[in-house]
Amino acid sequence: MGGEVNAKMLTARIRKERRSTGATSFVLDVSIEVSPGITILFGASGAGKSTLLDCVAGLARPDEGRIAAGGDVLFDSERGINIPAPKRRTAYVFQTLALFPHLSAEENVSYGLMDLREEERRKRVEAILKAFRVEKLRKQRPGEISGGEKQRIALARSLVTEPRVLLLDEPLTGLDAELKAAIVDDLRAWNTAKGIPILYVTHTREEVDALGERVIALDNGRVVSAGAPMDVLDAPRRKKLAQAAGFENLLSATVLDLREADGVMRVRLGESACEIEVPLGYAAAGNRVQVAVRAGDILLATERPHGLSARNVMEGRIASLEQRGAMAIARVDCGVAFVVHVTPGAVRALELTAGRRVWLVLKTHSCHLVE
Amino acid sequence: MEALWLSMKLASCVAAILLVIGMPVAYWLAYSNWRGKFLLESLVALPLVLPPTVLGFYALVAMGPRGPLGRLWIALFGHGLAFTFSGLILVSVLYSFPFAAQPMIASFEGVDRKLLDASAVLGAGGLRTFCRVILPLSLPGVVTAAVLSFAHTLGEFGVVLMVGGNLAGVTRTVSIDIYDRVQSLEYGEANRMALVLLAISFSVLCVVYAVNRRVWTPWAAK
Repeated sequence: MGGEVNAKMLTARIRKERRSTGATSFVLDVSIEVSPGITILFGASGAGKSTLLDCVAGLARPDEGRIAAGGDVLFDSERGINIPAPKRRTAYVFQTLALFPHLSAEENVSYGLMDLREEERRKRVEAILKAFRVEKLRKQRPGEISGGEKQRIALARSLVTEPRVLLLDEPLTGLDAELKAAIVDDLRAWNTAKGIPILYVTHTREEVDALGERVIALDNGRVVSAGAPMDVLDAPRRKKLAQAAGFENLLSATVLDLREADGVMRVRLGESACEIEVPLGYAAAGNRVQVAVRAGDILLATERPHGLSARNVMEGRIASLEQRGAMAIARVDCGVAFVVHVTPGAVRALELTAGRRVWLVLKTHSCHLVE
Repeated sequence: MEALWLSMKLASCVAAILLVIGMPVAYWLAYSNWRGKFLLESLVALPLVLPPTVLGFYALVAMGPRGPLGRLWIALFGHGLAFTFSGLILVSVLYSFPFAAQPMIASFEGVDRKLLDASAVLGAGGLRTFCRVILPLSLPGVVTAAVLSFAHTLGEFGVVLMVGGNLAGVTRTVSIDIYDRVQSLEYGEANRMALVLLAISFSVLCVVYAVNRRVWTPWAAK
């Protein structure tokens, strides 16, 4: 991110210690810049994502730091500035949505507009209900509304106040992909006119792929990387992040030898006889490394494959096969256990069953080294 | 009948006063993070375990012409507090305080904190959040508080006897009237009064449990 000064940008430098009676105390220590548009805040649960949002919204107080948005300082420990939450004009959609159960959809949406004149308030509520396609539900209470519609109303309630920042804490969990995409489209459409920074928290890889323009990856209270989704997530440098990013296979390995000229090195997986080739990393022969492989990046064959560019072919046996939605999950024992995703069609065509002998094919560059 | 009317008047006044005083106290007890909170919590619950005579005794001493409260009252109104209706209200408020505070504390604490956060982020200050979110969602607790403090005041005996004495039309409440009649062997009269009190107490508790069982509610269930 450049040094350009954008008045609409959200900048936050936050240090906050979570004191607990136990031995493990958690420290959030981050410095982020969020420009207008959607930025994904990605990380496993417990990485500090919600604490970060709470600090920006004024629901939690950082021990030290500075938070500014829309050209105004919201918090500055050095200057003793701490604008209270109601005056920050940050919109926040919680994971639980927190719609007021005793108020109708319309009353929920107009909750943040109580200081406006009746006429102006009605006009704004009308417009936002329409923008999020929930104008038919205005008289219903949250208890009578479906999940996706509740999420739309929660978004409308937050955005109708014309906030300078929008914070979304996994607001679309539990929705199917199609519905999720439709809501995000409406959110994007709304934001083309407003152009505010939107910080979108998620811990699922799919959402990053669906939404991501920019990603900030958080692990154990620190920013571990920031940038385009591909750069941030496809080269996992931390174990937890790798697991969260959907690398179903995380294997410990021992480096056998380095082949600098080819840009690869050979490693032995675990205690098995399995040897594979992985991209060259900062390691020496004898070092222990972690190798991350996505279950969807592994090919499965029922005969020993020939004439392949892929360097890694391992023989094994299917330990279990499980159908999950439009995907089958095979656990294959090659001396080390691999999780492999195949389509139900492939299961039928190859007559895959538990106990069947198979070969796994792995491209060198599908193997990622984890620091 | 005069005694019943007096008891009803006393109980209504006490319930109304307790709602007004009890609500901010309950709010504070439900949401404060102060470490010494348990002190006030214990104080509020004290009348539950204290014998009415103990409370009545100290109240009487304080209200007497040489007690601090009594002197203040004389200076302000020209007469003492002991053995008056006002004195009865004051001591009843103290005595029924936990019955008003506890249900309100419990229901305030039961409100989802995220709703309070949502309200704050949407620009509402503490008072507005209380009126628009906490209070409507705690309505069963508030109704319970009002009803219980009413019922409890209606049935009190020891404290009234200590502080109010037994002055017809001024401090002779139903429960004291019943006691009087039993003493003078008017069992028929005593029974009539006792039945009325029994009926009132039972119906009042029905209201409490119905409200809390959500037999009827002013909003749709979550």
